[in-house]
Amino acid sequence: MSTKESSLPILKVENLSIEIGKKKLLENVSFEIPKGRSCALFGPNGSGKTSLLMTLAGVPKYKLTGGRILFDGKDITNLSIEERIKLGLGIAFQQPPEITGVKLRDIVKICCGKKLNEPLSANILETVKRFNLLEFLDRDINKDFSGGEKKRAEVLQLILMRPKLMLLDEPDSGVDLESLKFLSKEIENYLTKANASALIVTHHGDILEYIKVDSAFILMNGRIYCHAEPQKILKDIKERGYSACRLCRHPCI
Amino acid sequence: METLPNITHKILEAAKKVGYRSHEGVAGTFFQIDHKVVASKINEMFKGKLEVLDTRDAIKKYRWVSKLLWKFVDKDKDTFTRSVYSAEKSNWENVAGYFIRILPNSEVTFPIQSCIVLAKQDSTQRVHNIIVAEKGSRANIITGCTIHPDITSGQHLGISEFLIKENASLNFTMIHNWASNTDVKPRSAAIIEENGRFVSNYICTSPVKDLQMHPKITCKGKNSSTRISSIIYAQKGSRIDIGSGVELFGENSSAEIISRTIAKENSQVMVKGSIHGKGKNSRGYLECKGILLDDTSFIHAIPELIGSRSDIDLSHEAAVGKINEDAIIYLMTRGLNEEEARSLLISGFLDVDILGLPENLATEIKQYIKKTAKAY
Repeated sequence: MSTKESSLPILKVENLSIEIGKKKLLENVSFEIPKGRSCALFGPNGSGKTSLLMTLAGVPKYKLTGGRILFDGKDITNLSIEERIKLGLGIAFQQPPEITGVKLRDIVKICCGKKLNEPLSANILETVKRFNLLEFLDRDINKDFSGGEKKRAEVLQLILMRPKLMLLDEPDSGVDLESLKFLSKEIENYLTKANASALIVTHHGDILEYIKVDSAFILMNGRIYCHAEPQKILKDIKERGYSACRLCRHPCI
Repeated sequence: METLPNITHKILEAAKKVGYRSHEGVAGTFFQIDHKVVASKINEMFKGKLEVLDTRDAIKKYRWVSKLLWKFVDKDKDTFTRSVYSAEKSNWENVAGYFIRILPNSEVTFPIQSCIVLAKQDSTQRVHNIIVAEKGSRANIITGCTIHPDITSGQHLGISEFLIKENASLNFTMIHNWASNTDVKPRSAAIIEENGRFVSNYICTSPVKDLQMHPKITCKGKNSSTRISSIIYAQKGSRIDIGSGVELFGENSSAEIISRTIAKENSQVMVKGSIHGKGKNSRGYLECKGILLDDTSFIHAIPELIGSRSDIDLSHEAAVGKINEDAIIYLMTRGLNEEEARSLLISGFLDVDILGLPENLATEIKQYIKKTAKAY
C-alpha cells in the first residue's frame, strides 16, 4: 500500500442527506474515520443513528438526497449492499430479524464465504464455541434467542466476515455485564489484529471501557452537533443532557 | 441400482425424483406402473416384521383386509371415490395399490418405499392402499407418485386408509411430482388408537393442473397424536386445494397441522386446516403460512378450530404475504446477492425440519426440494 493510500480514511462521509418518503432523516452529515481507528456515535432515540448505519451499508429504502460516501478512498455512494460488503464493510444490527428455516449454521457458512453444503472447519467451530453458540447452530437464526444471544450472534458473524470497517448498532444494549466484557474484548481483539475500524452506536458508553475509541460525535435530529473525545462527550451528555449539546457546537469535521 | 423388470430407464429416473432408491437400502419396496404391480417385496432382514403386498393379494391372504377397504374413506364421498369403488367391484380391473403392514411390536429401522407411476397418456390411474401399523410397531414409509416423462396428461385417483393401532408410530411421507396437465385426487383417512402416533408429510413442488386432497385423521384413542405437514410450491398455473381435518376424540389427544405454501406464475392455492377438539384435554395447533412470489397468483388460507368442551386448547397461526424484505436485506449484508437471499429464504420457508423426519431422510428430501424448487 502506498503512503497516499494508507493515509486515506477508511470512511469519509461528505454532506450526507437522506430521507424516507418525504421524511428527512439525515441532513448534511459529514465525518471521517481514519484507518485503524474507531469512532463512537451518541444521540437520543430517533436521532438517525441507525438510519446512518443502514445508509452506510447501502440499504435501499434510505434515499440519498445529497452528499457522498467514500470507503477506503472509493466512492460507494451508488453501490449495492453486496458490493459494499465485498469491499469490506460489515454491519451488526440493533434488532436483527428472525428468519424461519435459515439456521445460524447457514449464516456462519455464508459469513465465512463457504457454500451451504460445506462443513464448518474445526477453527470456525472453535470460534462458535468461544461465543457460546454451538447449541444454537441448528436453530433458526435469532428465533427465540434472548437479547444477549442475538448480540453474540451478530458479533460472531461480523468477526467471521473480517470487515475493514465494522458498523456496530448498539452492541451493548440488552447485554449482561459478563457478555458485554466478552463481546467488547472480541471486537477489540479483532480490530487490533486486523487493523480494522469500527463505528459504534452506543447510548451508555459501557462498551468504551473495553474498546479503544479515538473520537465520538453526537447525532441529533439527523444532524451532527458535536465531535470530540468520547469520554468528554459522555460526561457532557450525563451532566447537561442532549439538548444542551445543541448550544455547545464543538466543531465537526 | 438393481433393475426391476418392466421398469424402463425413463420410469426409473422419474421414480428417483420422488425418492425411489435401491432395494438394498430399504425395508420393503412396492412399485406400480399404471395398474400393474411390478414389485412388492421386503428386505430379508425384516422378514417377520413387515409385509408389503399388492392390495389384491392381501385381500386374498387375509379376510380382514377386505373389511378395512372403505372403512375410513367414504366410498360415496364423490365421483372419484365412486370411480375407484366401481373399478374394485369389476373384479379390481383398472385399480391396484399397496398393502403395507408392520407387524406387532416390530421396529422397521429402514424406510419402506413405494412408487406409483402413471405411464399411459390421458388415462385414469386408480389406486387403493391399506396401511396397518400393528400394536407397538414403528416404521417410516416414503411413497412417491409421479408421471412418465413422455406423457403430458392423465388422472390419478388414490385412496389410502391407515390404521395406527395402540402404541404404534408411523411416519408417512408422500412426494408428488406431476406434469402440468395432470388431475390428482388423493382421498385418505387415518384412525389412531391409544398412544398411537401418525406423522404424515406431503410434498409437491412440481406443477399440477388440479390437485385436491383433504385427508381426515381421527385421534380416537387416549393420548393419540398426529402431526400433518405439507410443503407446496405451486407454479406454472397449478390449481391446488389441500387441507387436513383432524378430530380429537381421545382424552389428551393432540394434533399439529403445519403447512407452508409458495405460489407463483398464475397458480391458485387453497390451504385449509381444521381441528375439532372433542376429547377431554385435547390440544391442537394449526399453522398455515404462504408466500406469494408474484401478483398473478392466489393463496387462500383457511384455518378452522372447533371446540366442543371447556378443557380443550386449540390455537392457530396464519399468514400470507411476500418474502420478508428485512430478511433479504439482512442476508445481503452477510454477502449474498438479492437472488441468492430470496432463494435461501424460499428454501428456509420450505423447511424440511417441519416434517420431523429422521436425519438421513430429511437430508434427502431437502435436496429434492432444493432441486425442484430451485432453492438455494
